[in-house]
Amino acid sequence: MPNKELLAEGLTDNHTGILEGWIAAQSREGVKRSDVLDEDEIRERSKRLIAILADAIHSADIDESLDIEESGWDPIKNFLRAEAEKREDAGISPTEAAGYIIALKEPVFDYLRKYQDSEGVDTVNTLLASSRIIDQLAIFTMETYLERRDAIIRRQQREMTELSTPVIQVWDRIVALPLIGTLDSERAQMVMENLLEAIITKEAEFAILDITGVPTVDTLVAQNLIKTASAARLMGAQCIICGIKPKIAQIIVQLGIDLPDIITRGDLQGALVYAFDKAGLSLVAKAQ
Amino acid sequence: MDSGGKWFLALQTPEDVTRARAVATRAMESIGASVLKKTRFVTAVSEIARNTVQHGGGGTAEFMTDHLRGERAIIAVFRDTGPGIEDIERALSDRYSTAGGMGLGLGGAKRLSDLFNITSTPGDGCEVRLGSTAI
Amino acid sequence: MTTSYPSNSKVGTFRIRDCVLVTVNNEIDDSSVLEMESNLTEEIVRLPTRGVVIDISQLDIVDTFTGRMLGALAKMSRILDARTVVVGMRPAVAITLVELGMNLNDLETALNVDHAMRRIEEASAEGP
Repeated sequence: MPNKELLAEGLTDNHTGILEGWIAAQSREGVKRSDVLDEDEIRERSKRLIAILADAIHSADIDESLDIEESGWDPIKNFLRAEAEKREDAGISPTEAAGYIIALKEPVFDYLRKYQDSEGVDTVNTLLASSRIIDQLAIFTMETYLERRDAIIRRQQREMTELSTPVIQVWDRIVALPLIGTLDSERAQMVMENLLEAIITKEAEFAILDITGVPTVDTLVAQNLIKTASAARLMGAQCIICGIKPKIAQIIVQLGIDLPDIITRGDLQGALVYAFDKAGLSLVAKAQ
Repeated sequence: MDSGGKWFLALQTPEDVTRARAVATRAMESIGASVLKKTRFVTAVSEIARNTVQHGGGGTAEFMTDHLRGERAIIAVFRDTGPGIEDIERALSDRYSTAGGMGLGLGGAKRLSDLFNITSTPGDGCEVRLGSTAI
Repeated sequence: MTTSYPSNSKVGTFRIRDCVLVTVNNEIDDSSVLEMESNLTEEIVRLPTRGVVIDISQLDIVDTFTGRMLGALAKMSRILDARTVVVGMRPAVAITLVELGMNLNDLETALNVDHAMRRIEEASAEGP
């Protein structure tokens, strides 16, 4: 059975010993990064981390049932999340950030080694437990990096999509949104938001979605287009979708998708004719 | 700021449902949520809060900041000590409707949320956990 | 000396030509719905009414309860032979309603009060 108290006390009482040992290990492993981080801050934050870790060990299970999803590990996870953000912003790589955590193993092992032959101390299992804990926390640190990057990518994709889906005012009360390229679920959502906003700002009763430039559509996207049309109707506008490729028409029917609030036309011209007509407008050829 | 806000309110009356919406709005604004995410989440909260008052015999709601998929998020936990839900699967399907109808509300709230957990023991109330990211 | 003025439209309602306009603001909660319903129906019959315009542009949130209320208001007005149009729904609200599964198909909608009034009056002009 790992000795929780020994471990926790060691982190707090033998405080200075482990902190110094860790900072030395950080330097040795090249993960201290005092070139981009403030030396004093590194020390302060490392000290805090040790203290929070000790608290977590006190209240949690650290044998094989160790699970850092349990709430006792939340404070240290929160701290690590902030630490990872700081380090990433300073240009430190995920590997180095994880290395920073892993470097804590050495001084902890050094400390536990002293109790090797002590009565009632299960050195082996305590060592295993501390290794397990530090590994999990290092992995968590890396995952924080990854999640953050994913979030940034998603944000950038949204921004790119915003740029590539401009809404055009065709006439009074009629707007059009020509789409080019593959529509993924994220982009379809953006298209929807753009279109609906345009309906408000341009006071458009008719919104034409031209998907001539869209090679194919999957269920999610089709459902998104339907959602767009339904939402537009709720706002008091009519959606017209044109430029549907034969293949897409096939997919829509095969998937059993209903198109309740949508008017469809073969091409933009057809869509315009419909919109003009409904808007009470007509095009008249000039007398020759 | 990581240790974010926490809000707590009782859900006993229709006015409390309105209050829950206001709190949810404030919570989402505190994490810089987009208008759409805010609207979705507050609507979901409204549904669950109303269910708690009307079908759960009253209860409580707790809101807190957290993280979901690396994004800042708000989690809302609703608890009641009412009759509980016998068949959760059925309750979540839109066709289910008791007198006055939980109808679309429960399934709808799930669709509007990034996180949705419901635990219930018949006779021992219900806990619903809702979460939404900021963007 | 106090002058009493003849009582005008019911609380929260306005008349424009022969349409009744009611604005639903964010303060509406579950208990004030009944009051709104009676105010509206009473106003519809008070004077000849062609149509009802329900302005929801102030609503940040429309949940299933509010959605059902709107449906109920429209039904009541229809029974009283007035055409109802709901205007001003915000994009986020519209999207959320669709995601909730409430498509409110029997509800007529328009972009704003102006569009709604035009539609009601044009329809009447066309005759029965």
